[in-house]
Amino acid sequence: MNRVNLRKSDPDFIEELDSSDFISGFRACYTCGTCTAGCPVHRANKDYDPLRIIRMLVLGLRDELLKGDMIWLCSDCYTCQENCPMGVKITDIINHLKNLATREKNIPIGVSTQEKLLKDQGKIYIIDDFDNKKRTKVGLPSLPAMAEEAKTLLKKE
Amino acid sequence: MKYSLFLGCTIPARSRNYELSARAIASRLDIEFVDIEEFSCCGFPLEASDEMGAILLGAMNLCLAEEKGLDICALCSACTSMLTKTAYRLDNDKRLKEQVNKELSKIGKEYKGEVKVKHFARILLEDVGLERIKKEIKQDLKGLKVATHYGCHYLKPSYIYEGFDDPQDPQSLEKILEAVGVTNIQYKRKKDCCGGPILLSDEKVALSVAGKKLQCVKETEADCINLVCPFCSLMFDANQKGIETQFGTEFNIPVLYLPQIIGLAMGLGRKELGLNLNSVSTKELTAKLGM
Repeated sequence: MNRVNLRKSDPDFIEELDSSDFISGFRACYTCGTCTAGCPVHRANKDYDPLRIIRMLVLGLRDELLKGDMIWLCSDCYTCQENCPMGVKITDIINHLKNLATREKNIPIGVSTQEKLLKDQGKIYIIDDFDNKKRTKVGLPSLPAMAEEAKTLLKKE
Repeated sequence: MKYSLFLGCTIPARSRNYELSARAIASRLDIEFVDIEEFSCCGFPLEASDEMGAILLGAMNLCLAEEKGLDICALCSACTSMLTKTAYRLDNDKRLKEQVNKELSKIGKEYKGEVKVKHFARILLEDVGLERIKKEIKQDLKGLKVATHYGCHYLKPSYIYEGFDDPQDPQSLEKILEAVGVTNIQYKRKKDCCGGPILLSDEKVALSVAGKKLQCVKETEADCINLVCPFCSLMFDANQKGIETQFGTEFNIPVLYLPQIIGLAMGLGRKELGLNLNSVSTKELTAKLGM
């Protein structure tokens, strides 16, 4: 495990995240490790460690968090958050960190491709004529190919 | 009993077996589903990269149901959690609600907060009730041993679900199965995630998370897995062959959606329940039941 270089700490980053009502309170973490102990991704890949993410956050290690791969391995299963004795909203926090990493252009290609599809179509999969034929054949109602209002809503001016 | 049926993206395109069986058992139970054509993606796939976009999509879908004056029944657990979380956040954060409504006004909509979102399984338990379901049971399924996978977003984050079931010791799905006469099987790591959401960032880790769970089910005498989410099904059913290659073992565990199992107990046929559309063959399983 790498040593922590506190010269890289960014206090503004801690403050900024802690001032958001939705995810504040992470400074209460007392490193018990319940989060990592229950994490199903950690069991499959020891490089992924939710406790380490929260400690990096408490220490203000902004760049290491937002430029690394670790946050993208979170499966969003909420096990850590449900188990945390201090009520730290670990999964919601990691989700927010993924959003910040996206702004820094650190986003897995699969996730960005899906985002583009969604903004172009309003849904992940287009329901084409072939799909609708298969649907009506088994008695399911046919559906429009895309979601037009959603496309309009997501369009940036 | 009337709901707007929220299908989301994956079910109408990839999980027609889930949709077919859900609609089939709903009509037996006098549940009326209204299809709203304008429903879009729930927003969940955007949550990691564009949180505000995700909330906007969630809110737009809630508005569409509000306009019809109908509560939402969702089949997918990710859709259920995204729509429920959106409503929770908008109802508890005035500033966010104002911001979202400003965006929604561009398409002539306004979120008011008048609809309730529930997963189909929760509707079966809370609104329909087990006694009503029992009245439709025609087939004895005592011999069918089922390992239930609850998945994550059906129950979590718990702060949005008002105490429906307990994510630390979930019971709701097994209560339904017990009522329809199935034998519930317990297994290690029952509460673990399917790994689905990391499929896009690291396929190997994702399949390994799902594979560890399949191994635990394989150690038991379960005939099949029961689940309520198309993402979980994608991992355990559609990807089972790939996981077998990665782990170097054969699992051959059929993976059924809850309404498919309930439908079997109601005496519905294989095609009516889309059992011919499952990836891992369900033929042996239904043959065992004399079908």
